[in-house]
Parts: sequence; C-alpha cells; structure tokens
Amino acid sequence: MAKQQAIEQDGVVLESLGNAMFRVELENGHIITTHISGKMRMHYIKILPGDKVKVEMSVYDLTKGRIIYRYK
Amino acid sequence: MIYLKTEEEIQLIQHSSLLVGKTIAEVARHIKPGITTMELDQIAEEFIRDHGAKPGFKGYRGFPATLCVSVNENVVHGIPDKYELREGDIVSIDCGVLKNGYYGDSAYTFAVGNVKPEVLALMKATKEALYKGIEQAVAGKRIGDIGNAIQQHVNPMGYGIVRELIGHGVGKHLHESPDVPNYGKKGHGVLLSEGMVIAIEPMINLGKRHIVQEDDGWTIRTLDRKPSAHYEHTIAVRKDKADILSSFEEIEKVINN
Repeated sequence: MAKQQAIEQDGVVLESLGNAMFRVELENGHIITTHISGKMRMHYIKILPGDKVKVEMSVYDLTKGRIIYRYK
Repeated sequence: MIYLKTEEEIQLIQHSSLLVGKTIAEVARHIKPGITTMELDQIAEEFIRDHGAKPGFKGYRGFPATLCVSVNENVVHGIPDKYELREGDIVSIDCGVLKNGYYGDSAYTFAVGNVKPEVLALMKATKEALYKGIEQAVAGKRIGDIGNAIQQHVNPMGYGIVRELIGHGVGKHLHESPDVPNYGKKGHGVLLSEGMVIAIEPMINLGKRHIVQEDDGWTIRTLDRKPSAHYEHTIAVRKDKADILSSFEEIEKVINN
C-alpha cells in the first residue's frame, strides 16, 4: 500500500506555547499545533509570533505540524 | 527512525513478501471479465488466512479490505466492491501480509482480456521502472538515486509520475521510514545502508501526474481519468545488489499460461 507524503504549507505563527511548540495559522485558515524541527534547533534558529513559516504536516494527522523553515 | 533489520528479520519479511506474491498469483487466476473486485478480495483474504497469516491492509487506518484493487484511472487504494471487471480494463492488485510479526507488501497490474497497445506499453514501462529503481537500491547510494532512475526511465515516454504517494520502509509496521519517492535527484536523500528494507512502488499515469482523492476517503484516481499502472516489490538493501524479497514468479506463471 502506498504511503502518503507529508504536505508542506505556509502559515503565520500566532503564539509560542513553550517547549519549542507554536500555534500556527495556516494559509487555509486552519490553526494547528506545531513544533520546531530538529534541524532548526541545531542551528539555533529562533521563532517568534508573527513569523511566516513553512510547515510540514502528515496527511494522517492534520492537527499537528513541524516547522521546517522560517521566511525572512 | 529508520530501523535496520537483522538477517533473521529480513528472512521473516521475505516469507511475508513471498506469500503476498502467491496471493496475488491466486487472485490472478480469477481475473477475467465479469468477476467483481469484491470476489477477488475474498479469494485473497481466504488464501492469506489459509497460510496462517493476516491481511496486512485490513483495518490499517480503517481500510476495509484485504486488497487494494484499482481499475483503469484509479491509481491506488481502490476499495473492492461490486464493480465487474470488463474486457479492456487494467487492474492493479496491491496486497499486504502480516506474518510472524513482519509485513510484506507487493503489487502488480494486470490486463483484463485485450487492452489498448498504449496501455500495455505503460504497464511494461512501469514494471521496467521498478527494476531500474531496484538496481539503485544498493548500500552507499541514496534514496534520490532510486527515484531518479524511475524518473529517467519514464519521463522520456511522456508519462506522469505520481508525487503525492510514495514507497516506504517495511518491517514490523506496514509503513516505516524512509520515504521512497518515485522521483528524485541523484545523490540526494537518505543514505541507503545494509539492513534497510523498503518497498519501491512506482505509480505511473498514461496522462498527466495529477491525482484526486475520491469521496470514500481512500481511492486515488488520475485527474485526467487516463489509466495508471502500479508495481511494487519489497526489497532488502545490500552491498552490491538489492535482495528482492517479494516475487512476481508465481504471478507470471499464471499470466503466461
């Protein structure tokens, strides 16, 4: 059975929830809980409310995501 | 997390995968105009249980059947129902088996009676693409090499490569890491190492690559409604040549007969 690839979407960070978790509003209006990706943690990239970010989400659970990129 | 499998585990996955091949061969014996996809599913389920194993797909995220039966413009994840196969159809049978705690996953596309030559060409190219991908599944190469080989084989023919659905690791779970897309850049992606077991499954469309999910929440079909072919092997990555754990041998015996 084929696996479904994770989908990438852009969104805006609404608030910081502590523990590197953030509430993000996606472009389609959905609000999801996200965490920062390990790669970004390794490079000490900070995320603040108001940042525009790229989020990767599993097709299998559309309420959670992973922030994989912070736009300038 | 990518789990590397021991030799014993690879053997167990091979047993499951070979059973998948035999199951699909058993189903192939019954593929002809008039049979419903539901009947094919029942044949498969009985066969798997008779061999002391469990259907790998039934109950997986709520999937209701043993086989994914995808006819013509359906790419994958077709749910078996009362649809009767017709002369000229192509049907992909995707099957999974859970035996001794390990999964096997394989798929094959069949022609029902006489099928248009361009569709036969699509099937042949998709199957060849699978083997081109498998050639790249060698320790030291990368996941992108597999997808790239498939892409290079199929692109010149103008076919569409489905992007949203991908191959995957196989083991104690049906879908594991890594993701194995059917497109890619050479030298990019996860490094392949001995002990990795993956399912490579090119899904190639006669027309464009775009797909749509049906309202049943599972069936995927091509946007332009042109046919799509799908072949899958579960393989173990080795040092110089991948071990193909599943097999089309039984299936092809039935077809060539």
